[in-house]
Amino acid sequence: MAEPTGATALGTPADDTASRRTSPRGYWTNVAKRLRRDKLTLFFALLLALVFLSAIFAPWLAPADPYATSMLKRLTPIGTPGYPLGADELGRDMLTRLLYGGRLSLLMGILPVVNATVAGCILGLIAGFFGGRVNMAIMRAMDVFYAFPSVLLAIAIAGALGAGVVNTIVSLTVVFIPPITRITESVTTRIRKQDFVEAARATGAGNLSLIRVHVLGNVLAPVLIYASSLVSISIILAAGLSFLGLGATPPEPEWGLMLNTLRDAIFVSPWVAVVPGVMIFITSMSFNMLSDGLRHAMDVRM
Amino acid sequence: MTAYVIRRFLYAIPIALGVAVIIFSLVHIAPGDPLSALVPADAPSSVVERLRRDYGMDRPVPAQFVLWLGRTLSGDLGVSIATGRPVAGELTRAVANTLLLAVCASLIGFPLGILLGGVAGYFNGRAIDRIATATAITGVSVPHYWLGMLLVIVFSVELNLLPAMGMGPGGSSAWAWDWTHLRHLVLPAVTLSVIPMGIVTRTVRATVAEIMNEDFVEALRAKGMRESQVVRHVAKNAAPTALAVIGLQLGYLLGGSILVEVVFAWPGTGFMLNTAIIRRDLPLLQGTILVLSMFFVLVNLLVDILQTMLDPRMQRA
Repeated sequence: MAEPTGATALGTPADDTASRRTSPRGYWTNVAKRLRRDKLTLFFALLLALVFLSAIFAPWLAPADPYATSMLKRLTPIGTPGYPLGADELGRDMLTRLLYGGRLSLLMGILPVVNATVAGCILGLIAGFFGGRVNMAIMRAMDVFYAFPSVLLAIAIAGALGAGVVNTIVSLTVVFIPPITRITESVTTRIRKQDFVEAARATGAGNLSLIRVHVLGNVLAPVLIYASSLVSISIILAAGLSFLGLGATPPEPEWGLMLNTLRDAIFVSPWVAVVPGVMIFITSMSFNMLSDGLRHAMDVRM
Repeated sequence: MTAYVIRRFLYAIPIALGVAVIIFSLVHIAPGDPLSALVPADAPSSVVERLRRDYGMDRPVPAQFVLWLGRTLSGDLGVSIATGRPVAGELTRAVANTLLLAVCASLIGFPLGILLGGVAGYFNGRAIDRIATATAITGVSVPHYWLGMLLVIVFSVELNLLPAMGMGPGGSSAWAWDWTHLRHLVLPAVTLSVIPMGIVTRTVRATVAEIMNEDFVEALRAKGMRESQVVRHVAKNAAPTALAVIGLQLGYLLGGSILVEVVFAWPGTGFMLNTAIIRRDLPLLQGTILVLSMFFVLVNLLVDILQTMLDPRMQRA
């Protein structure tokens, strides 16, 4: 539901290069320096690193088997010895499933944004660089996808395709391609009309090298910043699709699916049911803070 | 202005057509024979064949689309597989329930977002700005379906103050404007208002902060205008942007309430969508998404026109 709004006021590339030239240390050194001073962003970066590490090293960190059920231990409350975060509706250890759950949840949240960034960049570059009818065709098609609220579009596609991790990734990728295409297209169009591109063309630069050298360098910063802000939404939506039974399928450990299956237990063991959501919240919050911090440090105005 | 409104309307037609194409294709991207999605699995083959002819599914896909579009435009959204009733009829009440929820969530989220964002933008960089910004970022980061569960646990399970599910006592879906019904609205409306609140806060904050930096604000102060008057000028300049984001968010509330409706068993379009997904009731899925996205196209259209009326410099498209 949190919706991409598109680039409105990106710093013009001319300003950009000028500031790079006048700064004695260079652009990226400045970005790194600003980031180092931003304690809040660093804190959330650390938090995110912990979430990633715990998911990657789940098999070594987890105290139990994520699939081992136990009728006796069903809905064990939080803090029971041997079950620090309790047990779920089938008696599986919550801490274990939380650690393992990060694997699918992060994958399903991040991969769509990566896919969409690649596809959106290519489409936007083509539309912006070639202009005219090509631009019309691509951008009007994107307008149609913009006519859906993002949650609805994701649910429509996933609902038609059916449940599954791959289907979730496909449907979310489709949702994120239009906004990234729009941003890439608007920056590319502006840069294509600049004198230095014309000059490069006059000296014999071909289309491909123009795009690679002049356009891509200016497009990448705003697009990456924007894509990083999408990850948070993507994490929430991916887990949300699982919550609706459209994403991961039982008995896979996945945060959204865990919330779904534990929902029936909220009258018996309410606080166990809350735990997977905390992880989704922490992850999405960290991505949001990180994206904001990066935007400030890189001085990209959206 | 009239010319602009007409142009904007004409521009919405191809968009609506494109939306129809996507929704039509939903049945075709679904695994299996599209017809098998339209009839129960145990239907006799003679019925299936007759339906195939009736629905025109023995014809090429473009012809099928035209047939489908014709039926849709005449108000026939097909028949729900699960209930056997016309989709259009099922949808009417669900849309009303979703509208009720969305409007209530708007009444909570938008004023709060404008207030927080306005104050934060005006006091750019101060403590109150940081508090508002943190609230907004939490609002857009929280998985709202989880927040709904959390509210149910606190207010229904632990405190036993508010009902956890449905829109009326005993799961009835007949609405009335009294406290027994309004009680059911509180938790879902609050849950649904959180994301738009966050987004409106962020947008309004950015807009107001930017306007505060403009020369004319300095000029107004320099000529001795009272601060309350200056605030009025800033508000007037921020209004079109605020309106745009509010309109867009209203559209998202209509189409994005599915997760909240599922958590609270609110009998709206989202809940219906969920039922359609679970039962693989494709006509119901198609019909619901069609109606919701058309609403969204319409809301966008109205917002654009209203925005242009507020600020004629904005004429686009």
